[in-house]
Amino acid sequence: MAVMADDALSPASVARLDGVSHRYGQVLALDGLTLELPAGCMVGLIGPDGVGKSTLLGLVAGVRRGQQGTVTVLGGDIADDRHRDDCSPRIAYMPQGLGRNLYPTLSVAENIDFFGRLFGQRGRELAARRQELLDATGLAPFPERPAGKLSGGMKQKLGLCCALIHDPDLLILDEPTTGVDPLSRRQFWELIERIRARRPGLSVLVATAYMEEAERFDTLVLLDAGRVLATGAPAALRAHTRSATLEESFIALLPAERRAGHHAVVIPPRPADHHAVAIEARGLTRRFGDFTAVDHVSFRIERGEIFGFLGSNGCGKTTTMKMLTGLLPASEGEAELFGVPVDGKDLGVRLRIGYMSQSFSLYGELSVLRNLQLHARLLRLADAEVPARIEALLTRFGLGALRDATAESLPLGLRQRLSLAVAIIHRPEVLILDEPTSGVDPVARDQFWELLIELSREQGVTIFISTHFMNEAARCDRISLMHAGRVLAQDTPAALVAASGTATLEEAFIHHLEQARAGEAMPEHEAGEVPVHAGAIAASAHFSLRRLLTFAWREHLELRRDPIRLAFALLGTLVLMTVMGFGISLDVEHLKYAVLDQDRTPESRAYLDAFHGVRQFAERPPAASHAELEQRLLNAELSFAIEIPPRFGADLRAGRRPEVSFRLDGAIPFRAETSRGYLLGAHTQFLNELARENAPAAPALAGIDTRFRYNQDFRSVNAIVPGVLALLLLVIPATLTALGVVREKELGSITNLYASPATRLEFLLGKQLPYIGVGLINFALMAFMTVTLFDVPLKGSLTALAAGAALYVWAATSFGLLISTLTSTQIAALFGSFILTMLPSINFSGLIAPISSMSGGAAVMGYSFPASYFLAIAVGAFTKALGPAALVPKYAQLLLFCLVYLSLARALLRTRER
Amino acid sequence: MNPHLRNVLELGRKEFVALARDRVLVVLIIYAFTVLIYVTATATGIELRNASIAFVDEDASTLSARLIDAPQPPYFQHPARISNAEIDAAQDAGRYTFVVDIPPDFQADVLAGRQPTLQVNVDATAMSQAGIGANYLQQIFSAEIAEFAGRRRAVPIEPVTQVVRVAFNPNLRMPWFLGPMMIINSITLLSIVLTGAAMIREREQGTLEHLLVLPLTPIEIMLAKVWATATVIVVASALAVTLMIHGVLGVPSRGSLALFLSAAFIYSCSVAAIGIFLATIARSMPQLGLLAIPVVFPMGMLSGGSTPLDSMPLAVQWVMQFSPSTHFTAVMQAILYRGAGFAVIWPQFALMLAIGTLFFAIAAHRLRATLARAAD
Repeated sequence: MAVMADDALSPASVARLDGVSHRYGQVLALDGLTLELPAGCMVGLIGPDGVGKSTLLGLVAGVRRGQQGTVTVLGGDIADDRHRDDCSPRIAYMPQGLGRNLYPTLSVAENIDFFGRLFGQRGRELAARRQELLDATGLAPFPERPAGKLSGGMKQKLGLCCALIHDPDLLILDEPTTGVDPLSRRQFWELIERIRARRPGLSVLVATAYMEEAERFDTLVLLDAGRVLATGAPAALRAHTRSATLEESFIALLPAERRAGHHAVVIPPRPADHHAVAIEARGLTRRFGDFTAVDHVSFRIERGEIFGFLGSNGCGKTTTMKMLTGLLPASEGEAELFGVPVDGKDLGVRLRIGYMSQSFSLYGELSVLRNLQLHARLLRLADAEVPARIEALLTRFGLGALRDATAESLPLGLRQRLSLAVAIIHRPEVLILDEPTSGVDPVARDQFWELLIELSREQGVTIFISTHFMNEAARCDRISLMHAGRVLAQDTPAALVAASGTATLEEAFIHHLEQARAGEAMPEHEAGEVPVHAGAIAASAHFSLRRLLTFAWREHLELRRDPIRLAFALLGTLVLMTVMGFGISLDVEHLKYAVLDQDRTPESRAYLDAFHGVRQFAERPPAASHAELEQRLLNAELSFAIEIPPRFGADLRAGRRPEVSFRLDGAIPFRAETSRGYLLGAHTQFLNELARENAPAAPALAGIDTRFRYNQDFRSVNAIVPGVLALLLLVIPATLTALGVVREKELGSITNLYASPATRLEFLLGKQLPYIGVGLINFALMAFMTVTLFDVPLKGSLTALAAGAALYVWAATSFGLLISTLTSTQIAALFGSFILTMLPSINFSGLIAPISSMSGGAAVMGYSFPASYFLAIAVGAFTKALGPAALVPKYAQLLLFCLVYLSLARALLRTRER
Repeated sequence: MNPHLRNVLELGRKEFVALARDRVLVVLIIYAFTVLIYVTATATGIELRNASIAFVDEDASTLSARLIDAPQPPYFQHPARISNAEIDAAQDAGRYTFVVDIPPDFQADVLAGRQPTLQVNVDATAMSQAGIGANYLQQIFSAEIAEFAGRRRAVPIEPVTQVVRVAFNPNLRMPWFLGPMMIINSITLLSIVLTGAAMIREREQGTLEHLLVLPLTPIEIMLAKVWATATVIVVASALAVTLMIHGVLGVPSRGSLALFLSAAFIYSCSVAAIGIFLATIARSMPQLGLLAIPVVFPMGMLSGGSTPLDSMPLAVQWVMQFSPSTHFTAVMQAILYRGAGFAVIWPQFALMLAIGTLFFAIAAHRLRATLARAAD
């Protein structure tokens, strides 16, 4: 596809979509969409859940591969990889979900640095820009805090910092404020405003579910069913529909069937007779270490009441809810449900509660229908009742057409509906809902509230709900404002507004929050100047060592933040080396045997004496019958049995050549084979002694001089320990690396690769480097143990060994990367790395049988796997006294493995989402 | 139906749907229970099979030709001819485990009674073949030389005959042994990963917490994972035993397949319990992976299946009694080779159950505590 010239795009537009269609299996997300997005403005995408907003943003950002139609961004076709790489430094993309593309164990500063370095910044420049952004977002006081421990609002601000660090011309934000509290939300948009004021050329493209936010945008695009329904400034849209608020015009603009049954939510008063207490908390407190998440919270909720919980992110709402459900024990205070203390072990109470957690927690891999069926059964609905109940819920929540779609394929808003359907499937008496409407479109939210009101007013269901939507809070019977684990105020919405003397509930809430924060030592909101720079930094789309090192630096930080993993990677090897080095032995000893002597003469005893004297044999009590011997063999009590026939002595004296029969357990062939040798030896010894009486032995015709090379004293450890070293040095680095890529796929941060100009090779090699480091430390430890603990002398050159180890670890981690790109779940990656590394390296590396004696499939396995080559290097360097020169062919072969594995991994790694 | 039993069944059924969706995993499981078993079983084991040998013939006589022909398959490969100068390099590179040097005038010296020396160079780092092979070569070379020199064997007619009959695997076929051992290894790996990793996944995705709010006990959640995994294992093992072990490898079926599969079920349950236990210790998938390695490695290699248990240090033997793999290896050998019935192997059944129950109990105890800590 040719790159479009600049003039093909009107200068006023930053992106244009022409006839763009996109489908996921059966579902059509975008349907021949044509749209022009003006430059230098803030464009908002609004629309019901699942109409293709995220797909559109992903296509424009170039992180999703287009299917049909053209998407022109910043003067070129974004489907063209070259153009995408060239302009990716000018685009910043923040995916949906709180902090989804951040690295939770990395600190605030490290997250920003990672993104900065990825786009070619470093040193003082990067530090200065980072500081400016931290100041601007009010994150400056916590540069050291891990991203995973930030509140939702702070995570989103950090995400914004990471997006802005490379000074983009186009900022794409996918529901950046979903699940963020009102104060943080307000701060977030103020920040965007300031950035835009300083950089008028910046184009911002936002999807949002909050209509009051959409009011701020320059232009709105209303999407429905993959098509554009309306475009225009918020005021124009309102005027067109003659609505007072954007939320109302949104509903008015939807097609008739979409708003079928929608009407303004009316809340009837609560019936007077419900005054029994359903939920009560007294001085409820929860501490995590030094941190008090919930600090003496008390409330009393009556049956049928809708009780709202409002507060900033991280204020303790979720923790309080978890204590009410019994998931977390309280540190102090008590909670009661229906007058009975909450007990995590009381299953009966759980049948009366419906709980919906903040994050989606149903089975993503199951279909909508299966999720509902599973919960219907687990929540003990009668079998006969299940189908009708599920149908009713599917209809009510508008999920009927999606019954066979997997839950993970649903957009956020629809997933929330499914979670809610699951929470009420068993008609609980109490509903505990943690931000159930985050990311849900206005129509669905109203329908959802109608249901809640019906449940509360008609069925007397008690509802305990947390929300960030002020219009929802206003519908509650009473609300509780929480901050930093404490309740600031608790009353009816009207009374709260009246008490704080503000016009709206939102202002009342912010008023309370600001008051509370004013008393705190660390002001979060102390925004500084917004940095402005000349323009996008040129970042090469060609291979860049600096970007590679950036990936390596990030991976190494994650590894270092996980001391358990590191400890196991290092200590685990030492333990294993000890156990297996001493445990694996090819010696055959302690062979248990029993005798059935049917003769009992001096001759038979003399014969048996020859066996008695063998060091490897251990005699057990004699047997009384042949049947007994057989039975004892069957029970594996004996390795072999000797049966001396009657009249053995007499026959021997008479020269009638008596026959002694032996029965040998063949279950372990190696052991049986060796035992047979010992048996023959003992027998021969008896014959020799017998013969010595008759004639002296004839002189030998020729001497046979057997020279045991390399391992003269024939010590098992000299061969086994280098083998174990080869085994562990493959399996551990490979397993560590195998989870690397697939983990990012599962947790979402792989988007950063899609959105950055980095090449696949930079990403792969960067990921690999820290694990090569760990592997080399492992190697040093194990080599040291081999020499000291196992007393295996290093006869050859250490350099030769170390060079081989370095190549080997590189090959092992490359293999891990290959597994990681091949699999889509961590489970498969883990099993794959075990099955594909452990077993071949035990069986086909030459550890047990020399590789030179293999044939067929085994030889193919042996020669097509790096373990056998390194084993040859290890044995060569340790026991054969070889130097680097002799091992060059093995080095070359190992290097070849690295190259093959890496190129395969590179080919399999996608650079965009499908 | 009992509601607890129903919960366990329902939750277990879900595992199959999840497994069926993970194509790569399904392919890996099939691979582990078919191809890998075949290749491993037909590979060489610890025995003298197909050993590599080379001759340096400096004599080029009738006797040297006879000596070169003496080592026969299946014990030895077809001998290679190399020169005197190549010996070191070839053995350094591990190309030949045995190199026999026949000195010049060897035949003449033998016939003249000058007692020449035949040199056998053995790569003693190939532990499993070096000792047996050297003895074997010594025997056949002596016999060849004696026969050539026209002498009868030194030993006259034996006054006593030794008859050795090998029970259970008369021809000591290695595939009969290695194939079933490989099944055990695959079962061990799969049981640990499928339960342990599935548990971690539930925690990482937040579904475990969700389950604990439902009227379910941790024991039910764990039992569901265990039975689902064990069922997958039994199906895969049945496939492996009938198709690969009896079918392709031709091991005669002595014992009862049903008994073996029930042993596999119990073994898999006890290993799955260990997997869950590990999942309560690990906080993330990478941690679980690393934690599992020091567990599965010794379980596989020190169970008595790869090398004999009796030869290990006493401490190792003692510790390995706590591994269900040791008992399952014994059970498998008893059933498949010796055709043993339940009366013989019930103690191992009991031990596997006891070990599984112990780990299961610890894991159940830890599960809730783990969750409370995860919120930290």
